[in-house]
Amino acid sequence: MSAVGTAARTGTDREPGTSRWTSAGDLRRLVVRALRHEARTPDALIVNIALPVLIMVVFVYVFGGAITTGSSGLTYIDFVVPAVLLMSGGYGAALTAANIATDMTGGMIDRFRTLPVSSWVVPAGHVIASVIRNVVATVIALIAAIALGFRSGATVTEWALVLALVVGYVLALSAIAALWGLFVKSVQAAGALSFIVLFLPYLSDGVVPAETMPSVLRAFAENQPITPMVETLRALLLGLPMGDAGWLTALWLTAGVVISVPVAAVLFRRRTSA
Amino acid sequence: MHDVAIRARGLSKSFGGTPVLTGVDLTVPAGSLLALLGPNGSGKTTTVRILTTLLAADGGTATVGGHDVARESVAVRRTIGLTAQQATVDDLLTGRENLELFGGLYHLGGRAARRRAGELLDRFDLSAAANRRVATYSGGMRRRLDLAASMVAAPRILFLDEPTTGLDPRSRAELWTVIRELLAAGTTILLTTQYLEEADQLADRIAVIDNGRVAADDTPAALKRQVGSERLALRLARAEDVPRAGAALSAGPGDAAGLRLDADAREVTLAGQGPDHLRRTLDVLHRAGIPVEHVDLRTPTLDDVFFELTAAA
Ligand SMILES: Nc1ncnc2c1ncn2[C@@H]1O[C@H](COP(=O)(O)OP(=O)(O)OP(=O)(O)O)[C@@H](O)[C@H]1O
Ligand SMILES: [Mg+2]
Repeated sequence: MSAVGTAARTGTDREPGTSRWTSAGDLRRLVVRALRHEARTPDALIVNIALPVLIMVVFVYVFGGAITTGSSGLTYIDFVVPAVLLMSGGYGAALTAANIATDMTGGMIDRFRTLPVSSWVVPAGHVIASVIRNVVATVIALIAAIALGFRSGATVTEWALVLALVVGYVLALSAIAALWGLFVKSVQAAGALSFIVLFLPYLSDGVVPAETMPSVLRAFAENQPITPMVETLRALLLGLPMGDAGWLTALWLTAGVVISVPVAAVLFRRRTSA
Repeated sequence: MHDVAIRARGLSKSFGGTPVLTGVDLTVPAGSLLALLGPNGSGKTTTVRILTTLLAADGGTATVGGHDVARESVAVRRTIGLTAQQATVDDLLTGRENLELFGGLYHLGGRAARRRAGELLDRFDLSAAANRRVATYSGGMRRRLDLAASMVAAPRILFLDEPTTGLDPRSRAELWTVIRELLAAGTTILLTTQYLEEADQLADRIAVIDNGRVAADDTPAALKRQVGSERLALRLARAEDVPRAGAALSAGPGDAAGLRLDADAREVTLAGQGPDHLRRTLDVLHRAGIPVEHVDLRTPTLDDVFFELTAAA
């Protein structure tokens, strides 16, 4: 038993969990862990990447001819790509809820809590991994869109803003998903968020022009957050007028992060308070 | 101070108004193994969670490794390892990745964490499966990895919550060997179990927990003396004989320690003490004219232990 009983005390002399740098190191370890999870659950990854591509193929080639793009005058693929980009990242970001719920309801959180680390790195690791993965998934969806005929005349600055929007969007959604994953008591309940997030773009101006919807639906579509995001993306990618959409998008995303992060922190503390 | 690794005084805890612990006192000398023995729902896990800083007690105090669990939780965490009842290893990572992750989180440093993971995989006989995902492990392998994960920082004090529940006899024996070796290396261990035999095999002392308090705390030998190493169960032909049998045995020359009567089952049980005792007992009943239908010698169950200890208290 000698090896197990005596080794490895040496490295623990540093004060763990106290310096900002050790916390950053712990966070990095948990991000790597979460990314490994993603890579090893290919079903989620495939849905994440294949779904937007499939949606584009179906909408552009099957329904595309039947859906008018309203007063925008866009071809259907140009019209639908912004919504597809948001669906792609959004679906994956919503999965963060289930990932966090798995750690919280299984025994893992107890293991992490008996380690000398600040346990908030567990949900934070999931959120950061989600942002990384979903930005990549969105880029893949964009490449697929270009392969299917999408064309943009955006400048470098506009592309940078598109990237910022996508990062902000998956960050806000991942934070909301973290909140949800910490609120619910089961992994199944946590998974429900994905469906809502996947559905929301259909009830926006992104897939079918809002002006062609029945009035109740239209009122919802015009006031929900996906619509200004779609309009902002169209303005940046396709040179359409921006109007208020840019500010509204920034407002929604900031609100999403600023509200859900502290609420998630409170929920997390409650779930892990001794 | 140095010779007591774990000390709990009057720990209490309620969940939603239901008291679960009502004053648990425990003392575990450094380098010894205490088995916390109790049936489902008796508060074993709750006690372990309080002692490992995962749960705050409503009342009472506890120190682990000289540190107060409520006020010095980080210091406690650096002293202890926990193998929880529910497996706490990551299914999607390999065995090696799990141990390296935990080593990293103990801030061992990359090379030391890798070396430590390798040592533990060897030690717990998991080297062949080291690079397979834990999802593919058997229950016994997963338990061993869980134990290895608790050992990453070579803790002085180890908490094992029902480490062998659900394992086959061979895996259980293997785990017992590992536990004995840890003990020989000077580790203090608090182990919970539902199996009297396990406590008997491993423990220096056994604390029996019942209804949220420690009903008995003694050496295995002393407890067994109280309960008897086996139970002698006599089923009588007629239920109405049961009280009479009880009276005859209590008065008779045989030793009636641990006598228990169950009229519904027509059963009289007492601590078994070998062939002579069996013969004397049957003689007593024969002389009293009480026909015996069936005789059974069985190892004491937890029920027997509890009945014995709580009835005595
Ligand atoms: N978080 C909780 N909320 C409500 N009740 C709880 C909670 N944790 C434990 N309990 C209750 O406390 C009691 C003791 O539970 P505990 O898990 O400590 O028992 P145990 O001795 O470990 O049992 P087992 O052998 O089944 O593991 C049980 O009745 C259980 O339902
Ligand atoms: Mg338990």
